[in-house]
Amino acid sequence: MPPKKFKFIAGTFLILGSVLWLAISGFEEGKAYYQTVSELKTMGSRAEGVRLRVGGTVVPGSIVRRDGAVEFQISQDDNVLAVRYVGTDPLPDTLIDESEALAEGEYKDGSFEASMVQAKCASKYEAAYGENTETRPES
Amino acid sequence: MHHLGNFSLMAILVVAAYAVAASLLGVRKGRPGLVASAERAIFACVALSTAATFSLVTLLYRSDFRFEYVANYSNRDLPTFYKIASLWAGNDGSLLFWSWLLILFSGAAVLINRGKNRELMPYVVATLGVIILFFTYMNYWVTNPFEQLAMVTASGHQVWAPPDGRGLNPLLQHPIMVIHPPILYTGYVSFAIPFAFCVAALLSRQLGSEWITSTRRWTLFSWFFLGTGIILGGRWAYVELGWGGYWAWDPVENASLMPWLTATAYLHSVMIQERKGMLKVWNVSLVITTYLLCILGTYLTRSGIVSSVHAFAESDFAQIFLAFIIVAAAFCTWLVISRLPLLKSENELDSLASRESSFLFNNLLFLAACFAVLWGTLFPVFSEAIQGERVSVGPPFFNKINVPIGLLLLFLTGVGPLLAWRKSSLDSLRRNFIWPTALGLGTGGVLFALGMRHFYALVCYILSVFVFATIVQEFHKGTIARKSHRGGSYLSGMVDLTLVNTRRYGGYVVHLGMVLIFVGIAGSAFNTDRQADLLPGESLAIGDYSVKLLRIDDGRTPNYDWAATVLEVSKDGELIGEFDPQKHFYRASEQPTSEVRRYSTFREDLYLVFSGMTEENKATVQVYLNPLVRWVWIGGIVMFLGTIVIMVPNKRELKLVRKREAETAMRKEKARRHEVA
Repeated sequence: MPPKKFKFIAGTFLILGSVLWLAISGFEEGKAYYQTVSELKTMGSRAEGVRLRVGGTVVPGSIVRRDGAVEFQISQDDNVLAVRYVGTDPLPDTLIDESEALAEGEYKDGSFEASMVQAKCASKYEAAYGENTETRPES
Repeated sequence: MHHLGNFSLMAILVVAAYAVAASLLGVRKGRPGLVASAERAIFACVALSTAATFSLVTLLYRSDFRFEYVANYSNRDLPTFYKIASLWAGNDGSLLFWSWLLILFSGAAVLINRGKNRELMPYVVATLGVIILFFTYMNYWVTNPFEQLAMVTASGHQVWAPPDGRGLNPLLQHPIMVIHPPILYTGYVSFAIPFAFCVAALLSRQLGSEWITSTRRWTLFSWFFLGTGIILGGRWAYVELGWGGYWAWDPVENASLMPWLTATAYLHSVMIQERKGMLKVWNVSLVITTYLLCILGTYLTRSGIVSSVHAFAESDFAQIFLAFIIVAAAFCTWLVISRLPLLKSENELDSLASRESSFLFNNLLFLAACFAVLWGTLFPVFSEAIQGERVSVGPPFFNKINVPIGLLLLFLTGVGPLLAWRKSSLDSLRRNFIWPTALGLGTGGVLFALGMRHFYALVCYILSVFVFATIVQEFHKGTIARKSHRGGSYLSGMVDLTLVNTRRYGGYVVHLGMVLIFVGIAGSAFNTDRQADLLPGESLAIGDYSVKLLRIDDGRTPNYDWAATVLEVSKDGELIGEFDPQKHFYRASEQPTSEVRRYSTFREDLYLVFSGMTEENKATVQVYLNPLVRWVWIGGIVMFLGTIVIMVPNKRELKLVRKREAETAMRKEKARRHEVA
């Protein structure tokens, strides 16, 4: 192999190798498991110490601000999970009663400490008027 | 009105199908009349699509709540401006808007290129026709925005209209949010044009320089809008979402970044093809990849397949969309492979220290960044399909990979343009780099002495100064050279220099904008924030600033109720002014939003948020101190201006065109004389 071609190939591999290494280490830091509230309850002790993303509906009237933290409950079917938000960013405005919330954090001794919360108003924008009425295409 | 809309959509399906068939038949049978008729069919689509969009806009303007789309995304008290903007607030309407833009650009492309590129045009028309067919099919059958609300009664279906609509998502009620989607869409949609030229070149086996020239201009145009859209999106997130940042590696943000990365790679590597006839397969693949990423981005945003605050509802059209992407990808792969013999490289790389190789590494890095973003974005989907467990990767993953890649690219931004084609001599390297390197390292030393210990930020500032110095040096050298043989003032020399080679010097301006954006982003390494529950009279301190709560106000407007914390801000004991971050509560949508207030300087932004009231009736106030954020926006504006410079036709190129025209005229004249004789 001519030396200049070798240089190019070496450079390419050096870059791709570093990217791969960064990807693997970044992945370990950033990964989080998606779970619904019901799935979390069945995980038992396996749920402790891993980073989780739990999704559910915000229980009406459960959002309380207390001592610099915000607490709320999310539910799915009959399962309820208490969430304590300890993150630094303000909570999204979309976090209101009955919105779809996604809390990311760790599960400790029966309660969930979230460092990040996302929410979307599923009930408001998506189910919309189709719920008790029917739509039909007009052509 | 909706009859006009539905009729137009139907008609587009027929006319676009005709355009595809006629152009292909015309080129097969060698009948130019048929091809010209196909081109006119594209113009007919422009008129029809405009009519369809116009009818939805009219329904929105009239607040006709019999229509599901109008009832879901508008309400009576919404300002007219936002009523019209509701066109792109939801899935169905925005997809109609999308098709309209696509058809407008198709019409423009046909109009501009009709006279030239005769061998390519039939295939360009056919490719665009197929894309138009797909999107119009979606508009009519899958996401029809003209569907009426109906109630099931004893006598059958009955049209029904609620008294008022659900209202436009309050987060979207912001001037930037009105212009950000159309600009971003323009970027996404107009990529269909370079893609169509690329496919046409492959299909017709006309892989010379014509398609490269046409696609480079259109790619620049799309890239320009995509980039502007991304910056505006960041700006909107910053001033409207109230979490103190502008980029969160959200799937929808990633979706717009990916095609931008591959398009940037193409805009660089295409120069190698123009200059040396190399990287042909690579360039063709980049154009195709970019377009597929644009479509994938549309799909990710709308299908809700990756959980995101942006994503529209999970919709049944996801499968059809996915099928389109897969078919398009398979077809393009086959096309490139079958044309491989025609895409042979005409040259080989000579040296590691050459312009070509710096471009090559630049491309490799852009692609690596794009792949990492793609992988991270789709990981929840992959992991669920393979392991059955949905695993997401957060910002740490994206930052860990993209920060070093970004810094390497910044380094190449400084180095690449100064390397000679083929091979740079050691002497020229020393001459070109000694000052920028000294200045960069000097800055690094000063910052380190001042106590800056953040590794990436230090590297970023060293490189920023280095690249900045190389750009200034290039302008200075060019100006001096020009002045010495043309005379005139320094400034006129510099303007003249830029106009003679707009691509080169406009490119430097774009690079300068990118440097400023990096300066701003690196500032975020030093962000700080404080939060406190305050009673009137109490205050909190952050950095050199002190923020005191004076009182809490409230009131109401037709659209929303509001509450505000009136804050008095002072710096180093000196009064700066009063700021009133607010909470709005939109009645139609029953949703609260935060209205942040900022005290912005070139040095830093003080970012104030009113988060809510505690049980003890204290106001929770969140304050961020974000250094250098303003430079991100300034960098965006500089990039914008630089791209406009690039788009100005070159004096040198114009001269060539004129020369060529003169030659043709002369040849014709000679031929005429010959005939006469």
